[in-house]
Amino acid sequence: MLTRVRRWAGDGGLSTLLFLLPLLVVFGVFSWFPIVRAAVMSVQQTNLVTAPVFVGLENFETVFSDPLLWTAVRNTGWFALLALLFGYPIPLVAAVVMSEVRRWRGLYSALAYLPVVVPPVVAVLMWKFFYDARPEGVFNTMLAWVGIGPFSWLQSAATAMPSLVLEATWAAAGGTVIIYLAALLGVPPELYDAAEVDGAGVWRKVWHVTMPQLRGVLLVTLILQVIGTAQVFVEPFLFTGGGPANSTITVLLLIYDYAFASSLGGDYGAATALSLLLAAFLAVLSAVYFRLTRSWSTS
Amino acid sequence: MSATTTERQATASAVPPPSPLRRRREPADPGNRGIVSAAERRTPLLGTGLRLAHVLLLALLALVGLGPLLWLVKASVSTTQDTLRDPMALFPSGIDLANLATAWNDVNIDLHFANSMIVAVGAWLVQIVVATTGGYALAILRPRYGPVLYWLVLSTLFVPSVVLLVPLYLTILSPPLLGTSLINTFWAVWLPAGANAFNVLLAKRFFDNLPHEVFEAARIDGAGPTRIFWSVLLPMSRPILGVISVFAFIAAWKDFLWPLLVLPDPAVQPLSVRLPTLARSIELDVLLAALMISALIPVVLFLVFQRTFLKSAGLSGALKG
Repeated sequence: MLTRVRRWAGDGGLSTLLFLLPLLVVFGVFSWFPIVRAAVMSVQQTNLVTAPVFVGLENFETVFSDPLLWTAVRNTGWFALLALLFGYPIPLVAAVVMSEVRRWRGLYSALAYLPVVVPPVVAVLMWKFFYDARPEGVFNTMLAWVGIGPFSWLQSAATAMPSLVLEATWAAAGGTVIIYLAALLGVPPELYDAAEVDGAGVWRKVWHVTMPQLRGVLLVTLILQVIGTAQVFVEPFLFTGGGPANSTITVLLLIYDYAFASSLGGDYGAATALSLLLAAFLAVLSAVYFRLTRSWSTS
Repeated sequence: MSATTTERQATASAVPPPSPLRRRREPADPGNRGIVSAAERRTPLLGTGLRLAHVLLLALLALVGLGPLLWLVKASVSTTQDTLRDPMALFPSGIDLANLATAWNDVNIDLHFANSMIVAVGAWLVQIVVATTGGYALAILRPRYGPVLYWLVLSTLFVPSVVLLVPLYLTILSPPLLGTSLINTFWAVWLPAGANAFNVLLAKRFFDNLPHEVFEAARIDGAGPTRIFWSVLLPMSRPILGVISVFAFIAAWKDFLWPLLVLPDPAVQPLSVRLPTLARSIELDVLLAALMISALIPVVLFLVFQRTFLKSAGLSGALKG
């Protein structure tokens, strides 16, 4: 036994382990352990004073009996849907046009990507001022030039969510544009040559060559966007705090409220239970997506 | 994971030439064309239409991408009154540079700026160390348990970060073996940042594709694993180190929720956490100046390292699938 250990260390097994040490410690303590702990905590009553107690599915019952849950789920779904409507087609059109730019394409990319590097907190606080509901507000002034408005933006339950989505789209669309652009420039030029030989015009090339070639990337960005928007936090937290009249409370905001908002100590069990439910939903979504891509890529 | 699509996209964007970064000054030659052919470009209808679309898009991108930032720069040197009365005025009644000084000195933006720097540099360092050492061990040293470990690392990509929120917070409150809470220390932000499977994936894939003969040769010449890591691997890895660095630094600078939870003491809070609290108490012109200062570093970094940024952005779409 001892000789085997010694030979293992002599062969470099020990130095390999030393190189893996940072990864093992960091992932072990701050990733693997918390993931397991989340599963355990969801069936426990945890506070920071006494030892955790097993409570079965009580935390899940708490979550499901909260009337705010369905409001939060509905709002998150509404956010995701609006984010798809705003943020899915526009970057695609922009990327297709950009892929045809021959000079200064770098300038187009840089301008499109600029909002992505602005810290979200800065963007939200700035847009909060843009959304000033007075007629002198930035957006209301601009809309008045074309004779629309003024709107109350964040202050009315009907327009609050679309306002959040508008800012979130502004902040994220550049990344999607760059992903599409990379995929567009990877389409083999021979395909276009071949389509032209068959007499295809520009529109038919876009529909019958470009779009099928982008199918994989379009699916990836779709699923990434849904997974991202399902966990939206900064916008509702900083723009509206969930209001007005709970019209922008999202699932992640609810999790945060369960765990951290109460001064009496959080309901950590309910918070982890809800976060596991959200994760399970996203996992199902990813699974459906992988099945789809598999069947699509073989067809 | 659907290997075919992932692979196809990975090669599509990871392998130039057709990269969005490479500017093409010359008009389309046959091997370097897009949807519209050279002949179609010469037709009056399509040629003008395309040019029109390009100009329109450029104007729109400038308005949407650059407009708000330029407005912020203007507002940061305008008086509150000017900004409130007519926010869209091109020329404010006077330039008020005092805002920037007030923000920097009187509301301690200098302190929070320094905190942001410390948070970002530390998180960057931890991520680089974990990704390079881990990637080296998994790709080059290849222990027998390597594949299992790699799978364990990658599987965390499928766990959304929201699941970690509460248990990770409790881990920071009472970390194992340490006996003292990490709350209000920078370690609470630095260390969890290191557990980034995407970095390990990028590093390992890059190291996998390095020519293995070089490592063999170094070993025959008598270099040990540490020497190979420092003198052979790292010098060859500058492209991927750049990509990981950009991701790491910007993500740390932008992060809000996590530092909000683990850094409740204002004295250690980075800009992103402190600004929303300040927004409620300080005057508008000073706030806008503070926002401008906060956006400055990431925007300047982006303008300087554009290529790396855009390569990272394209890569994330290709690999995250």
